[in-house]
Amino acid sequence: MNTRLRNAAPWLFPLALALVPLVFPDPYLLAVLTSAGIFIIGAISLNLLLGYTGQLSLGHVAFFGLGAYTSALASLGFDIGIGFGLRITLQPQPVWLGFIAAIIVAGGFGWLLGRLAFRVRGAYFVIITICFAQVLRMVALNWIELTQGPMALISIPPFSLWLPGQGVVPLYSKAQNYWLVLGVAVLAFIVVRQLVESRIGRALVALRANESLARSVGIRVTHYLIIAAVVSAGIAGAAGSLFAHYVRIVDPDVFLFIYTVTMVIMVITGGKGTLWGPVVGGLIFGLIPDLLRGRAAPEAQWVLYGVAMILFVMFLPRGIVPALASLKSRA
Amino acid sequence: MSDLLRVENLAVHIGGLVAIADASFVVPAGQVVSLIGPNGAGKTTAFNVITGYMRPTKGRILFDGAEITGLAPDRIAERGIVRSFQRTSVFTGCTVLENALMALHRRGSAGLLGALFRLPSARREEARLREEAWAMLEFVGLAERADTLAEVLAYGEQRRLGIALAAIAGPRLLLLDEPAAGLNPSETAACMALIRQLRDRGATILLVEHDMPMVMQISDGIVVLNQGRIIASGAPAEIRANPEVIRAYLGSGDWQEAAHAAA
Repeated sequence: MNTRLRNAAPWLFPLALALVPLVFPDPYLLAVLTSAGIFIIGAISLNLLLGYTGQLSLGHVAFFGLGAYTSALASLGFDIGIGFGLRITLQPQPVWLGFIAAIIVAGGFGWLLGRLAFRVRGAYFVIITICFAQVLRMVALNWIELTQGPMALISIPPFSLWLPGQGVVPLYSKAQNYWLVLGVAVLAFIVVRQLVESRIGRALVALRANESLARSVGIRVTHYLIIAAVVSAGIAGAAGSLFAHYVRIVDPDVFLFIYTVTMVIMVITGGKGTLWGPVVGGLIFGLIPDLLRGRAAPEAQWVLYGVAMILFVMFLPRGIVPALASLKSRA
Repeated sequence: MSDLLRVENLAVHIGGLVAIADASFVVPAGQVVSLIGPNGAGKTTAFNVITGYMRPTKGRILFDGAEITGLAPDRIAERGIVRSFQRTSVFTGCTVLENALMALHRRGSAGLLGALFRLPSARREEARLREEAWAMLEFVGLAERADTLAEVLAYGEQRRLGIALAAIAGPRLLLLDEPAAGLNPSETAACMALIRQLRDRGATILLVEHDMPMVMQISDGIVVLNQGRIIASGAPAEIRANPEVIRAYLGSGDWQEAAHAAA
């Protein structure tokens, strides 16, 4: 019975979260949780790279933004000239197709960046990833024919889903979007868990723990780093797509550095290299700014945010989840 | 008897420094061969070149008849040459069992789909790898430490795990870099027993070691490097009597002591 309870325990948490809209149908609360959820998906994807392979990608928002733009453009359609008198035209596509395209495009760029960047590791890798996100932001700002530049892509359709008995319906309500994000978050969590608790995951951790030893027992470094980069980028792209169809407006600011930093903070405070770390860190840093809104001036908020971060790094350098785990094992 | 490893006219220059000038030697299949020489003779450099961590300036390395010169370490490992390291020999932050499973990487083949969907083939493989990992830990006497973090192990145990990790990867040629460094006499004896067992299980072993009594007892053949050149090679008894070897080691009292001890 005890082990059965323990096996069921991880499912109780998403189940409880799924009941939130029924128990507290407060639209503001749901909006806050939904946007936190989108960032948690981003943090889960970043954790695969940062936590399990130990590679610090400071351009992670690039995949999020790519997903957002891909999905938005696919669902809006576009008609652009690419020179030589050629034009590319795409009729508006269903949103689910945009969602899948977002995952594929972001994953593809993850592969490309992995191929290029994993030749250099450490500081150079960090710099390349930052540049990558900045370049994409420049493209989004200046390729006005495609992206509308700073005028932003607007009137993005909401996510639509096939629901039993209702056919394909657009998800307009807060609760529906909340459940959608929760569902994708659970899927992302499961994908990462399946991956890290496998032979591939062991190879990734081996690379992080001792790269030369890992190579000497025949683990192909680039091969596994690229698998991690592709999966991580694909999940981030999915988060970007959710964002685009939830907020329903995408501008070049989705590529801002601050979003990467937010995701990094979520992963590090929660506990990098643990499955629950990005969830815990994401809940804390996704909710704090909104809980403080109205109670503290924005300037004071940022200061609090910063102080909390420094305290975490000083006193719980490995993050909250490992700290709780060691408390539990000591007790 | 066939030669599993052939090193032909190997030269390694690091900047202006000549680490290895011209070295040729062979490691016959099924034997324990030791590479010895004073500090700075080029032993670890030779290891690094054979396992692909450094590129040679000149020369060829043949493994089982095929050239492997300049291949990446993981490719060389895939062909069946695995090494241990002098210092950082384990995966830190991971338990002993996890260490063993990581080293078993090459014995599995599950990929992305197998992992994501927990395919039956991937599950069977996982169960088999776990069995192999446990068997290896039993074999090296670390089974009761399976759940301990590798860095928490006693020094001697850590060294043993390091050797086990190299051996577990299923190499045909096992390169051990000073496996007995820093071990006390009883740990050294256990280490020697382990190396013999590994050879009896079919691995060919190339050893770099400073502990002369151990080298003399365990080796089928010895190759002596000095200042980047091979000055002697042969059976332990020949090496012990070789005047050039004695000259190379003159001043290092432990050699003569060692020669006497082994005699």
